[in-house]
Amino acid sequence: MAVKKKPKLAVWKFASCDGCQLSLLDCEDELLAVADKVAIAYFLEASRAVEKGPYDISLVEGSITTQHDAERIQKIRKISKVLITIGACATAGGIQSLRNFKDIKEFVSIVYASPEYIETLAKSTSIASHVPVDFELQGCPINKRQLLEVLSAFLYGRKPNTPAYSVCIECKRRGTVCVMVAQGIPCLGPVTHAGCNAICPAYNRGCYSCYGPMETPNTASLSSWFGRLGVKEENLVRSFRSFYGSAEPFRKESETHE
Amino acid sequence: MMAPSSENKEHFVLEREYFQKLLDTLIQRGYRVVGPTVGEGAIVYTKLNSVADLPIGWTDEQDGGAYRLKKRDDQSLFGYVVGPQSWKKFLLPSALRLWQAKRVGKSFQIIPEDEKSQKFAFVGVRSCDMHAIAIQDKIFMNGQYGDSHYKSRRADAFILAVNCGKAGGTCFCVSMNTGPKTTFGFDLAMTEVLEGNRHYFVAETGTELGAEILHTTPHKKANKEEIFYADDVIKKTAGQMGRSMDTTDIKNLLYKNYEHPRWDNVAERCLACANCTLVCPTCFCTTVEDVTDLTGEHAERWRKLDSCFTMDFSYIHGGSVRSSTKARYRQWMTHKIATWIDQFGTSGCVGCGRCITWCPVAIDITEEARAIRESEPNLKRETAEGAEKTTHNHKEGI
Ligand code: SF4
Ligand code: SF4
Ligand code: SF4
Ligand code: SF4
Repeated sequence: MAVKKKPKLAVWKFASCDGCQLSLLDCEDELLAVADKVAIAYFLEASRAVEKGPYDISLVEGSITTQHDAERIQKIRKISKVLITIGACATAGGIQSLRNFKDIKEFVSIVYASPEYIETLAKSTSIASHVPVDFELQGCPINKRQLLEVLSAFLYGRKPNTPAYSVCIECKRRGTVCVMVAQGIPCLGPVTHAGCNAICPAYNRGCYSCYGPMETPNTASLSSWFGRLGVKEENLVRSFRSFYGSAEPFRKESETHE
Repeated sequence: MMAPSSENKEHFVLEREYFQKLLDTLIQRGYRVVGPTVGEGAIVYTKLNSVADLPIGWTDEQDGGAYRLKKRDDQSLFGYVVGPQSWKKFLLPSALRLWQAKRVGKSFQIIPEDEKSQKFAFVGVRSCDMHAIAIQDKIFMNGQYGDSHYKSRRADAFILAVNCGKAGGTCFCVSMNTGPKTTFGFDLAMTEVLEGNRHYFVAETGTELGAEILHTTPHKKANKEEIFYADDVIKKTAGQMGRSMDTTDIKNLLYKNYEHPRWDNVAERCLACANCTLVCPTCFCTTVEDVTDLTGEHAERWRKLDSCFTMDFSYIHGGSVRSSTKARYRQWMTHKIATWIDQFGTSGCVGCGRCITWCPVAIDITEEARAIRESEPNLKRETAEGAEKTTHNHKEGI
């Protein structure tokens, strides 16, 4: 248990919005404790001071969208004892993986003035589809309480409490009245991985699935119920094709409604 | 607290205007008075300070996967049935810290939680929920699974029961023999009567404490007519059940059909979201989570409501025993209405209908049971003679 030499922590960024790294910076009160327990050896978002690898824990944010990044993640894996991916981009390709459903060349030609300068892969993919990953923390963005939980768990050699059951369990535990049953608002909570503490239903909205598929998502059944609540086919596609659109169960579900 | 009520046939009348006085007495005596109120589009349980906090003039419409609040055309205080929450909210809270620990040199010190009596007064306990409380009492008050946290919340609880003046769209207490009239377990039980221009409660006392509390409030002996009206309210409710379940030999029905195509059928619809277990007033499963902070100086153990619908629930070395949704739904339903009987001597279902209303995709335990029964056309005939009619009655004193 006792940590002799401070483990070295590195934070890496790939294609992403930086929101997950910000969750770490957002741990104002806890950051001192973090700094006390780990040597933050590489975290460009926070400091330009860089210590060389290897690193004990690497937190990886973002998805792989370029050949350069595909090579970079291989190197990072080699110099990291434990590699933890944080957020929807790193674990499932993120919102930018909407490109996976379309032709990337078309996007590039519309978006950029000089498309010939753009070098990009056809798909945005998760870190785990490139290298072995030790732990995946879900969320868009991740929840800081869960991030601290994962770091503590790795530091003290225990399993993190980040259950993969539905958001409904968190929703009921906090005493929120189900918005789908009581108001007919479509809610993705039943197929979504817990972690946010059911924040949207608590504010009277349906869940948008920022945490991706839960452990055993029955998307087909929920889709047909959404249909009964008046959700049109094209909106079913959109419901499943957002933050976690490329996560396998959601990708398949959205495709059946195209 | 659970003294017999049946011999005590005396009825009293409390006028609507004195209901506040009753609450005041409870508050003055140091009770944490909790009961129904309108919140977030449903009737939920919360702290009550005054009669005005009750859902006056509200009712609920319930069906599978659907709940809507509606205005009534009267000013009744209890003109609705049970909502998404149950008394479990107070007796078996969804998250409870059991203890903390702090590092002291090379060892650690446990800091226990305070287990002082909570002294709840539950206002508006329906008959189905009284049965549910009795079921959880049986498990947690004594014996092998006796639970000090539950006991400290339950032991001094005052129960003001209300006999239902209407049945909900998913209620089936009549089938389960658990309502709509409360027959035990209460300190005071009341039937709300709105008759002509009069609005009053016909009350029965279940304990001396209940009688004492009633006597602090203006009341009189009920006359025959008032008792007749109150009985009529309950009779009408009993005739309005939104659902029904044939419980004839139900234990063996399910034991015989451990393999049945209906389980595959329900698994196609079931989301394994766990809402049914969390709203069920008898489901008692919890898990513990140990957390440490980053400094490693402080640890806490939390108990949280769990559900047999999660993968972790049946996880043992190497994997989950019930990995399919089919296995999990079958486990839940079979436990509720069959194995519970062997385990605790009563059904684990009191017919409150919550799991039907609050299932996001309207899976209905009465429908599932019916589908299995109907696939066995001979069962009824075979077992009609001397069939084991499941007893759901909680006799006094358990
Ligand atoms: S509001 Fe959404 S997350 Fe909450 S219980 Fe209902 S379906 Fe589940
Ligand atoms: S029966 Fe309904 S509430 Fe229960 S786990 Fe299945 S979908 Fe969820
Ligand atoms: S199984 Fe359903 S109807 Fe029966 S007691 Fe539980 S929630 Fe109520
Ligand atoms: S099941 Fe019976 S006792 Fe329970 S709320 Fe419905 S009518 Fe009342």
